Amino acid sequence: MIKYIIRRLIQSIPTFFGITLLSYLLLWLAPGSVVERLYFAPNISAETRARLAAQLGIDDPFHIQYLRWLAGDDWLRWDSDGDGVADGAFELLTPLDEDGDGVPEPPGQNYGILRGDFGRSFIKKKPVMEIFMANLPATLELGIATILTSLVIGVPVGVLSAVTRGRWFDNVSRVMAVIFDAIPNFWLGYILLYIFAVLLDLAPLGGRCVPNLYGVCQSLFGRLEYLPLPTIVFAAGFVALFSRYIRTSTLEVLNQDYIRTARAKGLSPGAVNFRHAMRNAMIPVATLLGPIITNIWAGAIVIETVFAWPGVGRITFTSAIQQDYPVVMCIVIFASLGTILGFLLSDILYVMIDPRIRIS
Amino acid sequence: MLKRAGPSKEKAAAVLRSRSLTDLALARLWNDRLSMAAITIMVVLTLASITAPLISGALGVDPNTTDASKSKYLPLFSEGHVLGTDNLGRDHLARLLYAGQVSLFIGFMSAFLALVIGVTLGIFTGYYGGIIDDLINWVITTLNAIPGLVLLIVISAVFRPDANSLILVIVFLTWTVTTRLVRGETLAIRSREFIVGAKAIGASDLRIMAAHILPNVFSLTIVTLARNIGIVMLIEASLSFLGLGVQPPTATWGNMLSKSREFIGKAPHLMILPGLLITIVVLCLYIIGDGLRDAFDPTATD
Repeated sequence: MIKYIIRRLIQSIPTFFGITLLSYLLLWLAPGSVVERLYFAPNISAETRARLAAQLGIDDPFHIQYLRWLAGDDWLRWDSDGDGVADGAFELLTPLDEDGDGVPEPPGQNYGILRGDFGRSFIKKKPVMEIFMANLPATLELGIATILTSLVIGVPVGVLSAVTRGRWFDNVSRVMAVIFDAIPNFWLGYILLYIFAVLLDLAPLGGRCVPNLYGVCQSLFGRLEYLPLPTIVFAAGFVALFSRYIRTSTLEVLNQDYIRTARAKGLSPGAVNFRHAMRNAMIPVATLLGPIITNIWAGAIVIETVFAWPGVGRITFTSAIQQDYPVVMCIVIFASLGTILGFLLSDILYVMIDPRIRIS
Repeated sequence: MLKRAGPSKEKAAAVLRSRSLTDLALARLWNDRLSMAAITIMVVLTLASITAPLISGALGVDPNTTDASKSKYLPLFSEGHVLGTDNLGRDHLARLLYAGQVSLFIGFMSAFLALVIGVTLGIFTGYYGGIIDDLINWVITTLNAIPGLVLLIVISAVFRPDANSLILVIVFLTWTVTTRLVRGETLAIRSREFIVGAKAIGASDLRIMAAHILPNVFSLTIVTLARNIGIVMLIEASLSFLGLGVQPPTATWGNMLSKSREFIGKAPHLMILPGLLITIVVLCLYIIGDGLRDAFDPTATD
């Protein structure tokens, strides 16, 4: 097992580098110069721009810049005295002196993304990791609530649907599943907001909490009214997905001999369906984990925009609009890492749950 | 002695005209009432969008005539404006039809281009293998590891595409699915007897790929086409909703939805109708997709 996991991890290394390459390519190909993004000075002369570009090292060839961003210690650093050693940072416009002792710090603050440093935001001037980490809990909260809701609703619906195959419950739930698959979730979100927040005044009009004076949210139980609407809208598609998968796999399981044996020895239908059949029918759910993590990450952008939810999805959108590349690149990389690990976890769970599968 | 009666003429014709797998599949599809209903709705909506100039001309309305002074936010079934008017007094029905042209075009075109690229690349890489195959496979794995919508939003925000370049961006992110499918199928077919036989006769690689592999993978991909159009239309709607898709004044169902959310209190139908159209179209495409799959592969369970 350990060997299998290690092999899979090694297999993901080329993929990871492909992603970093693509991320940097995005910055490289983006219209407009990084200098203009950084200094907000559209009218600077060509010479000044060239000088700034040279100082920041963004006139170097692609592979040099890429490596610097990946592992170097002077990506977008400023070499003010021209001795070839970066001693400043663009966002400060002065030599880097964070402890204020008057002596510029030696390079080495910025270690490249492989060592967890994604640089600083062009707009907010704060370290990208700080921004990312500040927004991650909100998205995790929404994501976990969504997955739990869709499992709690989707799995029983799928099993019941298979058991009552062809009867009204099955038909209704299948039709609902297709409809919820096709509904644009932002549209559903706005309609529910309009009904429940505007017309009925039962739910808040988006947001995650009413922050206190320090901008901090209450504990989860103090602001539970904010969670249901975004979770329901987000989960709608996943409930459809789960119930369809579970229905198919339950139907397959129900045709097997051991289920007939269980029935023949006089077990109640409930025990047969939910104890014997459901356990094996759950196996394919493990394979859904990878795709679901991908979808949560992507769907969060839309859902968090609709519900003004202050998570990673929202900063993905705002920083993409503002062309705040360091933040965008960081998010692309973490989103992909999440996906890679999700698929890995899927495979591992699959092997662990299903004893028939042998690792070759 | 038994003397068999010779088959009648019609019977002979029926026997001679053997039915191909595609014929059988189409016959099954024809008998699938749900799929046929979905196809009918799609055809009607598509025709209505294509003939938008004729329809709005016949109704005496124009999608771009603004009348901000007196006919803003008209409700449904108003006189002269069956589906009401928007915040600028433009006829909603005419706008929905014209927007449908763009939305449907993006959906059909992107899915079609992705299919062409996917089938071509899939067959080539699956047939030849080697270093090109490894390279393409690496690109596919990499692109698949990035949540598509994240990359799409980032690319759209950075490059601000119009309707045509948006199609290219969507194709850039969706060709991988078909390519992977076709590549896998080609790998499985490559070593079958009829391919080996064709090689033994001396058929060229190109001939084997075009005449022997393509027909065998084609039904597989055509089945996914309908569903892919639906997925692309949802993607376009999400992008336009975020203000990153096709930019106004060109209307799509997605950006009509996005604009009208400000007026949801005054005129909810402005928001409800485009969303409803997206839902109906995507629903129909999914149903057609499922119908095609059942028709082409009757052994598949749901």
